[in-house]
Amino acid sequence: MEITLNWYLSLSAVLFVIGVLGVLMRRNAIVILMSVELMLNAVNLTLVALSQAMGDVAGQILVFFVMAVAAAEAAIGLAIIIALFRKKVTVDVNEFHLFKY
Amino acid sequence: MDLTNIYASLPADLVATFSMVLVALVALALVVWDAFRNNAPGIPWAGVVALGVAIVWELFALGDAPGTAWYGMVRTGGFAAFVNIVVLIGALLSIILSVPYLREIRHAHGEVYAIILFATVGMMLLGTANNLVAVFVGLETMSISLYILTGLVREDEGATESALKYFLLGAFSTGFFLYGIALLYGATGTMDLARMSEGLAAGENLVMFWAGVGLLLVGFLFKVSAAPFHMWTPDVYQGAPTTLTAYMSTATKAATFASLILVLYAALPPERWTMVLAVIAVLTMVVGNVLAIAQQNVKRMLAYSSIAHAGYVLVGLAAGTPAGYAGALFYLLVYSIMNIGAFGVMALLEWDGKEGQTQTLNSLAGIGPRKPLLGATMVVFMFALVGFPPLGGFWGKVAVFAPAVEAGLTWLVIVGVLASAVSAYYYLRVLYVFWMRSPEDEPEAAAVQDRVFAVPVTSAAVLIVCVVLLLYFGVRPGGILETTASFFAGPGASMALLP
Repeated sequence: MEITLNWYLSLSAVLFVIGVLGVLMRRNAIVILMSVELMLNAVNLTLVALSQAMGDVAGQILVFFVMAVAAAEAAIGLAIIIALFRKKVTVDVNEFHLFKY
Repeated sequence: MDLTNIYASLPADLVATFSMVLVALVALALVVWDAFRNNAPGIPWAGVVALGVAIVWELFALGDAPGTAWYGMVRTGGFAAFVNIVVLIGALLSIILSVPYLREIRHAHGEVYAIILFATVGMMLLGTANNLVAVFVGLETMSISLYILTGLVREDEGATESALKYFLLGAFSTGFFLYGIALLYGATGTMDLARMSEGLAAGENLVMFWAGVGLLLVGFLFKVSAAPFHMWTPDVYQGAPTTLTAYMSTATKAATFASLILVLYAALPPERWTMVLAVIAVLTMVVGNVLAIAQQNVKRMLAYSSIAHAGYVLVGLAAGTPAGYAGALFYLLVYSIMNIGAFGVMALLEWDGKEGQTQTLNSLAGIGPRKPLLGATMVVFMFALVGFPPLGGFWGKVAVFAPAVEAGLTWLVIVGVLASAVSAYYYLRVLYVFWMRSPEDEPEAAAVQDRVFAVPVTSAAVLIVCVVLLLYFGVRPGGILETTASFFAGPGASMALLP
């Protein structure tokens, strides 16, 4: 059986939804960060598949930028989480509620 | 692909995007300078000089014909120059306000100014991008720099918490934004904004295209803090250092709205989502104005007010006409000036040592007579934010509301005018507490007001410049409005933006 473009698009859509659900349902800041990375990588899969199917290179170039951005985001995000962990000794986002309304 | 003449257009491109290149290079130089001379006092002023040179350069480019540089990645010409000027002015005024403020809260790190410049480069790229790759890179350069600036005071729990919220929600919205880009790319076969509609006509992927537009809009609306994606705004604006909030709330909005205008105007087919944008504009105006009434903290009140102002800009976008887009651009300029002024005054009135997170409006009772300059300039900023006639805010509102009436969205404008009537209550309450109350009325006020620090000359100069600009926009809005309108007008109106 041949694996067509739609298979790749479906797989990446499923991965993206898993990432979204992870962000919405998990309360651990690091797990949320991992879920966001999953979303970005799901999009990467879409871009590479579309790029390959259309014979156009722009999508694959964007994937390089996405990987760089994801790395920068992970660095900043983990730094912020560490700074907050030093204050609160927890990474549960339900514990961060200094501001209201 | 022939690569022999790949550098042939390099000199012309460097000239066309000189201001962006200059700010980026100076930002890199500041990082190195700070590494060798830690917190050298000259660092912010080198940044200010670079931004000043860039503004002057862009002023000369205001009349240029539209074009592109770097192989169609970046837009040049009048529209790009105008957006760059708004962003650069925001960065310039914020840096000057930040120097004494960050010294006062003991966080005058040299890197801060380099990061502000990096964020500015991201905004300039975002606001002038002609290609979805450049939009994404600009947006992320801006956002990642802003996450750092929000969490600058890392000893403070509130600042770190707001940085985490901003980061998690911002990264989440980036995921949607990126998926939108991928679907648009799949549906049209190109990343180039100007060629999108013809790409769509060639393909038959309508579902994919509209899904992509929807996801892209979610990303944009998040960044401009439109309801229902505004949740992060009050927390982030309240927790971040005040002068950096001024920067975040103005330049970011200007760049993101400029990019959204380009996408709506250049890339989407003529049926332009008027209804969707109108509904979001109503939600944003109502949520922002109603929730602002209940706030005791002025920074948080200004955060909700910035949500409301995003709603007013969206009214102009919902109109979907060239006049609407031109009015939105003018509004962004006026809004930047008045909001930087208001946040600048609040930065100078801070006494709690926690970036103003905990201080209430009532604790500033009677501060007007004690700090006449701050009190008097605040009067101008508040009246401008309400939209009173002799000031720029009035013409800003006219510029976005009038095209909406012409486009048949009278109900939307009625909601907008009612919403700004509501806003008069919470803006003028600030002036009431500043001038009509006395510290003796408020037990907490008398004790704390001596902790407010002295007003530095540079900050006073920035506030006065903001006041003068607002008066100028109020008395002579015509020239600027004509300039912004000219970006969308001329022969072949809908294509004037395109090269």
